[in-house]
Amino acid sequence: MTAQQGIKADNWTVAGRTFNSRLIVGTGKYKSLEENAAAVEASGAEIVTVAVRRVNISDPNQPLLTDFIDPKKVTYLPNTAGCFTADDAIRTLRLAREAGGWNLVKLEVLGEAKTLYPDMRETLRATEVLVKEGFEPMVYCVDDPIAAKQLEEAGAVAIMPLGAPIGSGLGIQNRVTIRLIVEGANVPVLVDAGVGTASDAAQAMELGCDGVLMNTAIAEAKDPVLMARAMKAAVKAGRLAYLAGRMQKRRYADPSSPLAGLI
Amino acid sequence: MTVDQSLGIRVNGEHRSVPGGISIADMLRALGLDPQRVAVERNREIVPRSSLAERRVEDGDAYEIVHFVGGG
Repeated sequence: MTAQQGIKADNWTVAGRTFNSRLIVGTGKYKSLEENAAAVEASGAEIVTVAVRRVNISDPNQPLLTDFIDPKKVTYLPNTAGCFTADDAIRTLRLAREAGGWNLVKLEVLGEAKTLYPDMRETLRATEVLVKEGFEPMVYCVDDPIAAKQLEEAGAVAIMPLGAPIGSGLGIQNRVTIRLIVEGANVPVLVDAGVGTASDAAQAMELGCDGVLMNTAIAEAKDPVLMARAMKAAVKAGRLAYLAGRMQKRRYADPSSPLAGLI
Repeated sequence: MTVDQSLGIRVNGEHRSVPGGISIADMLRALGLDPQRVAVERNREIVPRSSLAERRVEDGDAYEIVHFVGGG
C-alpha cells in the first residue's frame, strides 16, 4: 500500500457513519455567514456543530445558517452549548432532533460560566437519558480517563475531552490524560475545546485522537479562512505522524551522519 | 378565549393573538416561518413535524419555536 492509498483509506466511523475528515468545526463567532461558509469549505470538515435557538419571530426573514451551509452536504451536529443542567440539554436535543431529523448529537452540560467546565454529574445523567431515548450522543467532558469510561459505559458514541477551557486557545494542557483516554476508549476520542493554533490540533492527532473539534481558533483568527486551511493541514499532519510512529526520545544527541569514514 | 374567538398564546416568550381554530402549521406561517425548517415545542412537549398541520392551537398555549444557528 502506498502512502497515498494509506491516506485515502484512513477514515473514521462514529455511530455507524464514516467520515474522511477528522476535523469538526463550529459555526459560531464568525463575522458573517459568508465567512463562516468559506471557512467550513476551507477546513474540509464534513461535520459542523450548530446551536439550537429560538427563531426571531419579530424578524423571521433574517438569513439562515442552512442557506449558507447545506445540511445535505455537511452533517449538522446539534449541540447543547449554553445548557447548565441535564434537563435543559435533553430538552434542547429533543428539539434538535425534531428540527434536523437525526439522532447524532453533541452533548455538553456546563458547570459554570467562568470556566465553561463540564458538570460531569449532569453530563452522565443526560447521556443515560438520551441513550434511552435513542440518541447517539458525542459527549464533551473533562480530560479524566475514569469519567470517559463511565460515559462510554452509559452509551456515548464518542468521547470529547477538553484540551483547555472552551474558547481559551490555550492548547492541550494535559497530554497524559488525553492519551490515557485514547488508550482506554473503544469509541472515537476527539479533543473538543482549547485548540488555539495549528500545532495544538496536530498534537491532539499525534496523541492518537480520532479527530479534533474547534471553533474559536478558526473564527477568531485574523484570517479565518486561512486558519481553516492551516487546521486541515495540521490535523492531517498530526494523524500521519501518529500512524508513522514517532521516533523514541533520547536525552542526548545521536549524529545523523555516519561516524565511519571521517577524514 | 376572547369575545372575537381569538386565542392568547405565548410564542418564544412573547404574547401573541391568533384566530380560533387555527392549526399550528398555519400559526407558524402567519408568523412568517416555514414549518419544514423549525422545531416546535408546545407546553414543553415536542410537536412532531408530521402533526403540525393537524394539531389546533389552544388558548393559553406556550410555544417554543427553534431552529439551527451558528454555534460551537
